[in-house]
Amino acid sequence: MGRRTPLFPLHQQLGARIVDFGGWEMPLQYTSQLAEHHAVRRAAGVFDVSHMCSIDLQGERSQAFLRELLANDIGKLTVCGKALYACMLNESGGVLDDLIVYRLGADRFRAVVNAGTRDRDLAWIRRHAHRYGVEVLERTQLAMLAVQGPAARQAVANLLSPAGAAAALALAPFFGCDVGDWFIARTGYTGEDGFEVMLPGAAAQGIWRSLNAAGVVSCGLGARDTLRLEAGMNLYGNDMDEHTQPFESGLGWSVALAPAERDFIGREALERVLAERARAPESQRRLVGLVLEERGVIRSHQKVQLAQHGIIGEVTSGTFSPTLERSIALARLLDVAAERVQVDVRGKLLNARIVQPPFVRNGKTMIALPEKAR
Amino acid sequence: MSNVPADLKYTSTHEWVRSLPDGSVEIGITDHAQQALGDLVFVEVPEAGRELKVGDRCAVVESVKAASDVYSPVAGEVIAGNPQLASAPEAVNNDPYASGWLMRLRPASGPPITGLMSAAEYQQLLLSESH
Repeated sequence: MGRRTPLFPLHQQLGARIVDFGGWEMPLQYTSQLAEHHAVRRAAGVFDVSHMCSIDLQGERSQAFLRELLANDIGKLTVCGKALYACMLNESGGVLDDLIVYRLGADRFRAVVNAGTRDRDLAWIRRHAHRYGVEVLERTQLAMLAVQGPAARQAVANLLSPAGAAAALALAPFFGCDVGDWFIARTGYTGEDGFEVMLPGAAAQGIWRSLNAAGVVSCGLGARDTLRLEAGMNLYGNDMDEHTQPFESGLGWSVALAPAERDFIGREALERVLAERARAPESQRRLVGLVLEERGVIRSHQKVQLAQHGIIGEVTSGTFSPTLERSIALARLLDVAAERVQVDVRGKLLNARIVQPPFVRNGKTMIALPEKAR
Repeated sequence: MSNVPADLKYTSTHEWVRSLPDGSVEIGITDHAQQALGDLVFVEVPEAGRELKVGDRCAVVESVKAASDVYSPVAGEVIAGNPQLASAPEAVNNDPYASGWLMRLRPASGPPITGLMSAAEYQQLLLSESH
């Protein structure tokens, strides 16, 4: 039996199909994955993301510690409540995990890491925190709900006191604040506006029911995956892992090389990578978006090729996009000049166009769509 | 619990077979199969005239989650693939035993069709798979 979140009994009552996800028993879908997806793009949906691991870091040197631990610079968090997306790298520049860090105070931070890498992350963080005298506290008693969609923030605010609602609705994107014993952040993994809410596990089922009663649709991991891929967001373990570095994973934007004196773990390796990319760009790989011009669905690990080059890479994530009604994908390809590639979809070579993710943001199509294939 | 109409025959790979009055057969996937696949977004059906042996890959049903092959439970010549499914794959989810049919086949001449399960036997199989 896998690990269960405080919401597990409710998922069962709601008739969810339960699957194993990184050792956790999580809801894949409740009714229809497509309906759940559309609910988030058009109104609001709620996801149980309590399997993600919330880690509090506290100590006088916690900022110095995080500036060494992460490839993005926590020094950018100059105000309390601000969040930062960052990769945690190993010495070779490989991505150990991607995470969000919130500044909770002058010497207090909260990191939210992936479920599947939780144990390895904690061991890595503790190993390095030791030298800085930083206290590492895993917040296992918290439940985490992601409430996402154009109507999501108001739906959450309606469950709060007037003062709490005002504070939550005043949050700018990528900011969070305490509201009583909840922590509410304007973040998410769907490409829509919304909140991620950390609250005591015991209260989570009641809040979920209240959200359902207000029209917020229960959504599973299936819809979460199609929404994040449309939003052009990476999934750890699919689109990057410890054997790939940020520049070949579409995550170069999250690597802060300035100031030059900040010596974060993996920096030396990344500088070698950058020198090599400048010297021989055509031998380097990059993560691109694909949209299929023909009927069919691209899936991860399918090979991507170009007539004159042969195989130039493979798909890291692929699905059917419910919003675009076409198949979309992320693929790691050699940096060849091309607008169109062929994907080996179950033995057939199908044409796909290279595009710049995101595919969809805030309900709007962000790429030029090919004619719908018949 | 999934729907298993009494008048159809079934396979262990979750296809159904309906005998039509003119001697041809209609083939689709069961309610159980469509539930397991989830929302279908793409269905590929065989073209008329194709000769199929028992167990040949004859169609692909693809949901948001995964692609699955459909195997022909009967040998014969394809009379028609369901033309509606290219634009409305959800018919297989909504109506797997009627408008969601995949193909019609003229069975090969020779011995009568064997190896298919009755509704009761198929229901038994579903029960044993769920335990």
